[in-house]
Amino acid sequence: MNGLAFLIPIALGLGLLGLGAFFWSLRQGQFEDLDGAALRIFVEDEEEPS
Amino acid sequence: MTAAALVERDFAVPDIRCASCIAKLEQGLVRDRRIAAARVNFTEKRVHLSCIPGAEMPDLIGAFTNLGFEAHPIGTGPEEADRAAETSRDLLRAVAVAGFAMMNIMLLSVSVWSGATGATRDLFHWLSALIALPTVAYAGRPFFRSAWRALRHGRTNMDVPISIGVLLVSVMSLYETMTHGAHAYFDGAVMLLFFLLCGRWLDSVMRDRARGGVTALLRNMGTGAMVVEGDGRTRWVDATALEPGMVMLVAAGERLAADGLVIGGATRLDLSLLTGESAPRDVQADDPVHAGTLNLDAPLRVRVTAAGADTAIADIARLMGEAAQGKSRYVRIADRAARLYAPAVHCLALAAFAGWMIAGAGWHHSLLIAAAVLIITCPCALGLAVPAAQIVAAGELMRKGVLIKDGSALERLAEVDLALLDKTGTLTLGRPEALDLDGLDDGKKSLVLALAQASRHPLSEALTRGLQCANILPAAVTGIRETPGFGVEAQWADRVVTLGRPQGGEKGDALATELAVDGKPVASIRFADQLRPDARAVTAALRTEGIDAMILSGDRADAVAPVARELGLTAQTGMSPQDKLAAIERQEAAGHKVLMLGDGLNDGPALAAGHASMAPGSASDVGKNAADCIFLGDRLMPVVETIRMARRTQAIVKQNFLLAIGYNVIAVPLAFLGLVTPLVAAIAMSGSSLIVVGNALRLKRAPG
Repeated sequence: MNGLAFLIPIALGLGLLGLGAFFWSLRQGQFEDLDGAALRIFVEDEEEPS
Repeated sequence: MTAAALVERDFAVPDIRCASCIAKLEQGLVRDRRIAAARVNFTEKRVHLSCIPGAEMPDLIGAFTNLGFEAHPIGTGPEEADRAAETSRDLLRAVAVAGFAMMNIMLLSVSVWSGATGATRDLFHWLSALIALPTVAYAGRPFFRSAWRALRHGRTNMDVPISIGVLLVSVMSLYETMTHGAHAYFDGAVMLLFFLLCGRWLDSVMRDRARGGVTALLRNMGTGAMVVEGDGRTRWVDATALEPGMVMLVAAGERLAADGLVIGGATRLDLSLLTGESAPRDVQADDPVHAGTLNLDAPLRVRVTAAGADTAIADIARLMGEAAQGKSRYVRIADRAARLYAPAVHCLALAAFAGWMIAGAGWHHSLLIAAAVLIITCPCALGLAVPAAQIVAAGELMRKGVLIKDGSALERLAEVDLALLDKTGTLTLGRPEALDLDGLDDGKKSLVLALAQASRHPLSEALTRGLQCANILPAAVTGIRETPGFGVEAQWADRVVTLGRPQGGEKGDALATELAVDGKPVASIRFADQLRPDARAVTAALRTEGIDAMILSGDRADAVAPVARELGLTAQTGMSPQDKLAAIERQEAAGHKVLMLGDGLNDGPALAAGHASMAPGSASDVGKNAADCIFLGDRLMPVVETIRMARRTQAIVKQNFLLAIGYNVIAVPLAFLGLVTPLVAAIAMSGSSLIVVGNALRLKRAPG
């Protein structure tokens, strides 16, 4: 019974963390361009001595 | 760099295909000093630019052209799209919250089901309540709002029993928790919300995706024009800012942005989008010209007489508004089901309550059973039955190059039994194609290609397209020069070659071009609008699907007759937009469900009036906006494939309803007898939802 006092808040906290992370990424526009994000890893940075 | 506010502009760039396109665009565009930042959205094939205020539209489009991309400005009227996207995001948030709550409550419930008693059970119930009540308040809003709207108008819809059920169950469960009861249905209430929200969200995502696809397709034809100022200088003016009295300079290959009178130059205009007529019309000084027509030959000066909402297009827009009213009367299958279902659910719950009260079970027990009946009878399966099937179908169709605007379009497409087809641009490709390229030898072909690919004239583009498909390599020519209205000229091994208007004039009104070496004509190529390659097969396939077809064309009878003969269809010709509208109304009055296929501005009202409508990707913006779905590419077969898919989707939807009803036949008596514990409700709900979604996924790997 004592274990529950720790485990349940931890479980709920982790769940909330996930929910918070999802909301954050939604607001940041992380889901705006899903196909593009997959391709951007191939884009080389320009080495320009600006 | 000054701190002047940057202007944000969006461009549709259909040719973004790979990672190197992203790199090329983002890194190449910022080298233009007018552009401060560029960001590619690959999914929507868009580029967002931040540019300095003085940057003119043609310069920006030129920056894309320099990089080898075709860009179309996207107008600044997407407020409606923004609102729709916001609804989607709201729903997604609600789904996330409900999902989170459902998982946690379910975990707590599992321990209750596995035998927790006494203080532990109460603690778990209280925790569940703590999670469930805010969730119901937040995630339930879409249902409460819709239910309230319906009730206020004295109607009832599917959301009414859902809302009553969820609220009643929550309150009852809270009461149970406070009185140390054995059963709390928090998990059931939240699960119901979660599955129903999934259905709503799928529906909304589908509409968004199609809308995104359509916006990317809209060419925003003639979103502006080069206007000649009093001092002879020219500047770019947006179509919305054009005013009567301005003088526009319209280059060959451009579309007119406003109605006007020709004051300088002579050319031929392609009216096919406006009237459906396939032969170009000669215009010269003092002739009236209309917005949306394509300048074929030479630059033209036009004094604007009407712009914006006053153009001839506005008439068509008014007709469309009237025509679309009929379509808004269509009731979606889910709503039709709800009309029968909602009262039944209410009666059942009421009967259960009354029955147990009479049997002397006490108001508390009776109310609990009534709540169980409510929650078991508005199953998630019913909320998912339609959207799950429709989104799978829409995804499949999108892969085949068909964009469906919303779910109701699929339902209406499944019902059509008569297809009315426009000719120009729908049965035909709607652009000139070179007819007798095979008559040329390879040397001439490579010369023609070398000259044609230097020009943006529609005929040159047709030649380039045709010859590149035949794997011809261009001849080596130098000093290419284009004279608007006449043609292209170049040096080819000490000789002068030209490609342009035939010197002896044209025979009839067929378009033609001529290749000449040192001024002597050596070959002439004729052009005509060709039938789509599979038009014949499509009319046959429509017939096997039990759909009659007819041609409705704005073109002259002698231009339509060959097409009608070739396809074996009856045709009505010379029809105005009003005539087409009247023809559709006649057929609908005769009991037919009409599928309208068309592309032009003149088809707009007809597309809006048809029971369902489709337009090719090459259609006018008006056509694309009015149509229920859009197919890309030169083939016409997607029309038939879409109808088949719509019919299969409808069959799946009906199966899903049957499944949901079958489930009710088993579950409702149990709920009536008071045997539905939270565990039974959880299993029944998730089980039926999975079955319905699984059934919908069958659409994915179907033949066809």
